[in-house]
Amino acid sequence: MTAEMDSILPLELDGVGFAVGGRTLLSGVSLRLEAGSRTIVLGPNGAGKSLLLRLCHGLLEPTEGRLRWDGGVGQPLPGAVVRRRQAMVFQRPVLLRRSALDNIRYVLGLMGMPRHRRREVALEALDRFGLAGLAGRPARVLSGGEQQRLALARAWVVEPDILFLDEPTSALDPASTLAVELAIQDFHVAGTKIVMTTHDLGQARRLADEVVFLSHGRLVEASPAARFFKGPASGQARAFLDGELVC
Amino acid sequence: MHDLAAALSTALALVTAFDPLMLDIVRLSVLVSGAAVLIAAVIGLPLGAVLALTAFPGRGVLVVLLNAFMGLPPVVVGLAVYLLLSRAGPLGEMGLLFTPTAMVMAQTVLVLPIVAALSRQVVADLWEEYGEQLRSLGASRPNVVMTLLWDGRFSLLTAVLAGFGRASAEVGAVMIVGGNISGVTRTMTTAIALETSKGDLPLALGLGLILIGLVTAVNAAVFLVGQAARRRMG
Repeated sequence: MTAEMDSILPLELDGVGFAVGGRTLLSGVSLRLEAGSRTIVLGPNGAGKSLLLRLCHGLLEPTEGRLRWDGGVGQPLPGAVVRRRQAMVFQRPVLLRRSALDNIRYVLGLMGMPRHRRREVALEALDRFGLAGLAGRPARVLSGGEQQRLALARAWVVEPDILFLDEPTSALDPASTLAVELAIQDFHVAGTKIVMTTHDLGQARRLADEVVFLSHGRLVEASPAARFFKGPASGQARAFLDGELVC
Repeated sequence: MHDLAAALSTALALVTAFDPLMLDIVRLSVLVSGAAVLIAAVIGLPLGAVLALTAFPGRGVLVVLLNAFMGLPPVVVGLAVYLLLSRAGPLGEMGLLFTPTAMVMAQTVLVLPIVAALSRQVVADLWEEYGEQLRSLGASRPNVVMTLLWDGRFSLLTAVLAGFGRASAEVGAVMIVGGNISGVTRTMTTAIALETSKGDLPLALGLGLILIGLVTAVNAAVFLVGQAARRRMG
C-alpha cells in the first residue's frame, strides 16, 4: 500500500481543537491540505498558528476533533508511515552540539540509511543550501541564517511529503530571509507541500498559493492567495491586512 | 606551631620522594574510587536520563529519594554493605568483606545517587530544549537517551566528577567494609585517620596534600576541557 503511494497527503482536519488547563486555544478547525500547493498560515499573535502546525505535524494531540492523513488510498495511514514523511523547521532551529555535517548525518542515521552512504548525502545537502564550506564547523556557532539553512538542509534529506515551517525567518536579516525563501522554493519545486506561518505579509504574498487565516483560535477563512490578498472574505482578515499595511 | 612546620616539611619530603608505601596507598585509593565512579556512571547516566524522560507512577518519589540519597552518610552505607557481605549476610559466601571489591561496592552506592540525580537534571533541561525537534525528527526513545547524554556530555562530566570527589574524600564506608588493612585495603583517607590517631602527622599530612592535589588536578583538567569544548561547540 505504501509502496505506490506518492504522498501521505491530503491531510484532513475535522473539527480539530486544542485545550490545555481549561483554556481553549484552538477549536473547530476543519481544513483540507492538498499536496503541491504552498499554504501560508496568517493571523495575529496568539491566533493559534504555531499550535495548528504542531497539531498537524503530530507534536501535539488534538483534544477535540481528528486529523486524517489520507494518502489518496481512501483510508487513514498508520502513524509510523506518516511520521517519516514529514519535517518541521522551527523559528529557532535546535541543532545538536556537533558539526554541521554530523547534524545531517544524525538524521540520516535515524532514517536507517546505511552508514557508508550518509557522508555523501549529507555533504550534498549542505552544498545545496550553500553550507559546503561549513561542514566541519560546530553547528551551534554558526550564524542565525546559517543555522536556519542547516535546519532546512536537515529537513531536505528527509525528502518529506510535507514541510512545516514556523516563522522560519522572523529572527533573520533580509539576506538570510531571502536564502530561506529560495530554499522553500526548492522544496516546492521538488514536490514538497509547504505549510508555513509568518508575520511578514510581503513574504506571504511572495510564497503563498493559498492562505489560511486564523484569529482567536478559530479558522476564519481559507482561500486562494490571490483572492485573499485582493479582498478577504472576512472583516477580521481585512482588518488584519489593513493594520499590517498601515504599520 | 613548630611541630606543624616540622610535620609539613617531613610530609613534603615524603611526597616528593615518592615513598613506595605512600604510592601504594594512593594507587589503591584512585583505583577503588575510579572503579566505583565508573560503575556508577555506567548505571547512573542512563538511569538519570530515563528518569528525566519517562513518566511512570512513583517517579516523583524516586526523584526525591535520589536527591536525598546524594547526602547518604558514608558510615551508614558502609554499615549496610558490611551487613550484606558479612559472613552471616546474604552475600557472605562470596568472601568479599575487607577486600577492595567491597570498598568499590560501598563507594558505588554512595556515588550512584549523585551521578543519577545530577544527570537527571541535565537531561531534563536538555529535553526542554530538544524535545520538539527530536520528536519531529522521529527519534526513538533509546536514540533520544543517547543523543541527550552525548549533547550533555560536558555537564555530565561535571556530575561524574562530583561523584569522584565524593568517593575519594569519604572515609566511613571504606573504613568499615575495607578494614584499613595495610597494603590491602588502606586508602588515603583511612590512612590519614589512622596515622593521625597514632600521632604520625607527617604521613597523614602528606597524604592529605596528595588527596587535595589529586582532586584539584582532576577538576582543573575537566574545567579546562569543558571550557574549551563549550567555546568550540557552543
